Amino acid sequence: MSDTTVLPERALDMRDERLRPTAVLDRIRSGDLGVLPIVVGLAVIWSVFQALNPVFLSSANLVNLLMESVSVGVIALGIVGVLLVGQIDLSVGSVSGLSAAITAITYVNAGWSLWLSMAAAIGSGAVIGWIYAQMVNRLGVPSFVATLAGLLGFLGLQLWLLGSKGAVNLPFDSDLVHFAQLAFVPAWLSYVLVAVAAVWIFITGYSLARARRAAGLSARSTKVLVVRSLAVLIGLGFAVWYLNEARGVGWMVVSFVALVLVMNYVLTRTGWGRSVFAIGGNVEAARRAGINVKRMYTSVFMLCSTLAALGGLLAAARLAAANQATGAGDVNLNAIAAAVIGGTSLFGGRGSAFSALLGIVVIQSISSGLTLLDLNSSFRFMVTGLVLALAVSLDSVARRSRAAHGRA
Amino acid sequence: MSAILSLRGISKNFGAVAALTDVSLDVAAGQVVAVVGDNGAGKSTLVKVLSGVHSPSAGTITFAGAEVTIGSPAEAHTLGIATVFQDLALCENLDVVENLFLGRELRRGRLDEVAMETRSWELLRELSAKIPTVRIPVASLSGGQRQTVAIARSLLGDPKVIILDEPTAALGVEQTAEVLNLIERLRDRGLGVIMISHNMEDVRAVADRIAVLRLGRDNGVFDAAEVSNETLIAAITGATDNVVTRRASRRESKADV
Repeated sequence: MSDTTVLPERALDMRDERLRPTAVLDRIRSGDLGVLPIVVGLAVIWSVFQALNPVFLSSANLVNLLMESVSVGVIALGIVGVLLVGQIDLSVGSVSGLSAAITAITYVNAGWSLWLSMAAAIGSGAVIGWIYAQMVNRLGVPSFVATLAGLLGFLGLQLWLLGSKGAVNLPFDSDLVHFAQLAFVPAWLSYVLVAVAAVWIFITGYSLARARRAAGLSARSTKVLVVRSLAVLIGLGFAVWYLNEARGVGWMVVSFVALVLVMNYVLTRTGWGRSVFAIGGNVEAARRAGINVKRMYTSVFMLCSTLAALGGLLAAARLAAANQATGAGDVNLNAIAAAVIGGTSLFGGRGSAFSALLGIVVIQSISSGLTLLDLNSSFRFMVTGLVLALAVSLDSVARRSRAAHGRA
Repeated sequence: MSAILSLRGISKNFGAVAALTDVSLDVAAGQVVAVVGDNGAGKSTLVKVLSGVHSPSAGTITFAGAEVTIGSPAEAHTLGIATVFQDLALCENLDVVENLFLGRELRRGRLDEVAMETRSWELLRELSAKIPTVRIPVASLSGGQRQTVAIARSLLGDPKVIILDEPTAALGVEQTAEVLNLIERLRDRGLGVIMISHNMEDVRAVADRIAVLRLGRDNGVFDAAEVSNETLIAAITGATDNVVTRRASRRESKADV
């Protein structure tokens, strides 16, 4: 009896008597891991490298590490998109290299304006994504094969464009190189940005909670929101302060984080993003719900190639040159590995934009740590491969566990 | 009663195989029409034609007084024909609200989660659905709960006709009863319901009229209140002398002795 009298006071979504609070531990055990594995992994990696070489966690090295992360991180962001719809793009490395070559050739050799050559490079990325989408949509070619063909083809095009010299240097006084090497956020502004982020998180959280309460739904308490926002303020504030001990936070890093936030918004708060997850979860269901699956594939492949082209541009800017090695070697697999290590499932339908950010920091940490130890690329490949194998195994095990616990 | 949805002379060929030949069907508002037939009778093909998955090779579809072509599932939605497929077509990685509003989210530029969640609760309450929370992935729901979510979803577009493909096939006794109640609630709302089923008992429990398909052709439309089981089975199997009647008569004669 007492139950029925209490019922109307409970929030609309909390009235079922079968509902019980789920402990964090329960969720983890059932395979809903969230960002936990990557945070633990990062802590382990950082502790080991710091123990081996105390320079690793110095401000100067972390500043560098972040700057080096951006170009492949941007590429990984596009990979997150294609993985979410259950496809793959293996050619992002070649596309980024081609984009770097196009920028260098048009800007340096042909004397175009910087903006025009950047637009040409990024536009070529969009066109490449469109071609992949047509192959997948119209001809039914698996994206694995279509992009594998692209990997070879566009690598060839990049080498052909660069010609016999094989490298084009970008002038150091260009805005692009300045942006990638020397543009840092002034210390005061970096703290302002952190404060803005914390306040923003509180305001959006508070207005959502108010709207939910007004609609009779359960909502986070203001206390929780304040604590969360303070945690962000302190955490980010400390990170920024530590980086400011050296050169500070690069504008390129800020832009990358902004890009991740935009991507996160688009994936979680728009109809387009919802369709992406739906297609990754059950293509047939998505199609029957009236989602234009082919158009979604087109937009996702175009987004991925465009971001790959942007990443290539940033890589060339960072190096102040576009050469035959830009986008070659491990760029391709590092971008894919970053997305997967960050927690985006290879099976589609699960993941987040933040996995690109977290994943690339892990990969770059390994790379930076091994470089500091004077170990060459052979070790880097082996360790990164091992971490990737661990991440994918974890993904598979977690998937099985979710299936067993009914959490998809 | 005037029909809201009428099929006339619908045929569908897959290469050399004629899955449907010259099929006609009428559904009125507030009426439950059951389509029955043996395996391979063309029931699923008929559903797919109506939901826009396949387009018919020949024949006309009249909806609300106008002749229409249903070229895609989206067109069927816009017309007001909702389909709940046997496999339910739910995304297991998405939660109940996300599944309910899939493909027609409110405010697609900045999703209105609060409005969608409240609307979901209203809808589920109207259907007296027993779902503990709408913010868990569909993977954790039972078969009956999933069927309810799928039916609730089809109601969101405010359809005039709703097609249920084997709604009780995978359900237990109690869940079947719940779904049958749900179908009656749909009829009371003034919806035209087309129910595809194998189960004679369920069909006779809720249907107003029963249309029989056999080998892709019409084999009679019966008034559910008057038709006998024998007649139905004869129409489904195509003969009065068949395995089912022989078995029944054998039992009767045994009972006489």
